Amino acid sequence: MLARNPHPNDRRATGMINRRHLFGMTAALALLAGCTGGAGDDTEQSGEITGAITVLTNRTDLVDTALPKYAKAFEAKHPGTKVSFEGVTNYEGDVTTQLSGGDYGDVLLIPNTVTVDQLSQFFEPLGSVDSLKPKFRFTDEKAYDGQVYGLSVGGVASGVVVNKRIWADAGITAPPKTPEEFLAGLQAIKAKTKATPFYTNYKDGWPLSIFNSERSILDDPAINEKFPADPAPWQPGKIQYLTDGLLYDIVHAGLSEKDPLTTNWEGSKPMIASGKVATMLLGSWAIPQMKAAGSAPDDIAFWPFPYQTGGKFYSSIQGDYKAAVAKTSKNKATARAFLDFFVTESGFAADQQAVPPVIGQPLPKALQDFQNTGVELIELPAATTNAGKEDLIIKDSEIDLGGNIYRQKLVDIARGAAKGDKESYFAELNKRWAASQARVMK
Amino acid sequence: MKPWLYVAPALALLITFTYVPVVNMIWYSFHYWDGLSTVMAPAGWDNYVRVFTDERYWQVFRVSLYYFGASFAQITIALYFATVLSFNTRFRNLFKGILFFPYLLNGVAVGFVFLYLFQPGGTLDTILGGHTPLWLGDPDVANFSLAGTSVWRFTGLNFVLFLGAIQSIPGEIYEAAEIDGANRWHQFRHIIAPGIRRIISLSVILAISGSLSVFEIPFIMTGGANDTRTFVIQAYDTAFQFRQIGLASAMAVVLLLIVLAVTWVQRLILPDEEVALS
Repeated sequence: MLARNPHPNDRRATGMINRRHLFGMTAALALLAGCTGGAGDDTEQSGEITGAITVLTNRTDLVDTALPKYAKAFEAKHPGTKVSFEGVTNYEGDVTTQLSGGDYGDVLLIPNTVTVDQLSQFFEPLGSVDSLKPKFRFTDEKAYDGQVYGLSVGGVASGVVVNKRIWADAGITAPPKTPEEFLAGLQAIKAKTKATPFYTNYKDGWPLSIFNSERSILDDPAINEKFPADPAPWQPGKIQYLTDGLLYDIVHAGLSEKDPLTTNWEGSKPMIASGKVATMLLGSWAIPQMKAAGSAPDDIAFWPFPYQTGGKFYSSIQGDYKAAVAKTSKNKATARAFLDFFVTESGFAADQQAVPPVIGQPLPKALQDFQNTGVELIELPAATTNAGKEDLIIKDSEIDLGGNIYRQKLVDIARGAAKGDKESYFAELNKRWAASQARVMK
Repeated sequence: MKPWLYVAPALALLITFTYVPVVNMIWYSFHYWDGLSTVMAPAGWDNYVRVFTDERYWQVFRVSLYYFGASFAQITIALYFATVLSFNTRFRNLFKGILFFPYLLNGVAVGFVFLYLFQPGGTLDTILGGHTPLWLGDPDVANFSLAGTSVWRFTGLNFVLFLGAIQSIPGEIYEAAEIDGANRWHQFRHIIAPGIRRIISLSVILAISGSLSVFEIPFIMTGGANDTRTFVIQAYDTAFQFRQIGLASAMAVVLLLIVLAVTWVQRLILPDEEVALS
């Protein structure tokens, strides 16, 4: 679960390598060379809270609007401090490069490229898991050897965003309970309305990765621990077969957009808001964005993934990006104080309709409604004994569970644009995964 | 001593930004490294063995054939227009500008413009009407669409190269040819084509290395999905999505060696002799 779905504003690097391809490539690699890691001095996080800090953020849309307000509140609380935000458009890629260069601000969100065993190389430990767990959610997602290195700034729930007016036009008002019911519902939409039943957002790619955020449906708290131990996750009854299989079935039955190669994320928001599209698989973070994209915000609803275990829906809540204190920071006391302030007091999570990172704070309205449909929200613990193994298998096999490359191929096969069928592709995936799994877990 | 002083800045830049990175890249290619870790485990020839044994890494070269084929269309079109516009054509400067303009556009912008052009019900479908394929969605068509975009973008560069070479041919030769009764085709066949041979052979080398290392256009327009993945997109994903810098470096070294080998073979077949027009 470590290669997590990217943030809504995080898109892949565009045009990073230039037309002199080969030398562009070498130059990009040379950038990464730099100096590896930074030593960092040993100033305590408990020093005097004063002076200036820099905070890196992926929310370029908020960097001049909402974020300075939180900074002002912090500066008012601790006179003598100065907080400046630095928006990074291509957050994952750019910050990874900055990490290897050793200059990456004072407070930042941990890029998903950093594996858990590398956390201590770049970030300050914030406390032990045992001491932070009673107070914060999602503490174990960026923890290693019992130490927490990042705190979530807000969590999201997994599920499907639907335009319920269109679903109602097709005669369905309650969330489907099985993949078969879901497919039948999409068929009904295709037959009775003009809407595209399901939109994959294939071209932008990352929305496909959200099929990886549905492990909670099996209600197995040990699933992240067991996952890297399994040489064949694409077998009937297992999670990859269920989720990727549903994607295959949707596309194979012609229930998704006609030309997946020309989809457009920004354009898809008004489409679902106005009812041109009925369904998209996304996180709860998407609800406010979809509501804002049209004139009938009440049409947008959030349903659980169509699968029940023991007659019950389970949806996982996961921390989005985790904020951390840079090991190279010259002002760790202020950085730590700001991190604590931002997570606990700023109100950022509530403003963003996210699951509050502090235990005990109320859920946002959209998620309360979601819970009221009979969904149990659960937190899936990250792997501990197998910590980091899944990442290693992903990298070695180049089956990007938390990405879109192999799922795009799945969509291509399902729509008849590439050779093979569901069984042959799943068999190939199992084979590739098993080969890397054997290398990693030996 | 003095000559060295003059070339020092150029050498410094060349070494810093070309040779050091290449040496670094070769060094990485013999290690396992994720780009972040402080330790690089030595890998021996493992990365190279993987590039050559795992078919996923070399079957992407097949896609290069589309661009290779397209580059000949590109050279032909560029040569045609360069020849036509080297004569006294009306509005020739305007046409020169129009032909060169696409090359000035940013590759990302070109990608986006063509993305809209190729959308179902987009500009192209509106113009053609009737039954059109999914330009990017149909795997049999997608690579042609992308290669076509590439031709549109890079024809201008070839065109300017050819035009410059053609204009360096002394005007008296044409006059002499005209007096001897040569028509336009004869002039092209016997004066222009031999006169710009070196530029044409340079264009062919650029076409080969270019088609092996296509990146921007398919990356922006399809991200390498739908069987349009090129070798450089694969290397990019290996390096920056899967953080296998060592393996990606090995791929880049292999690409470098292939381009060097192709160039060498090409020089063997077409030796670089002095062209004398007389």
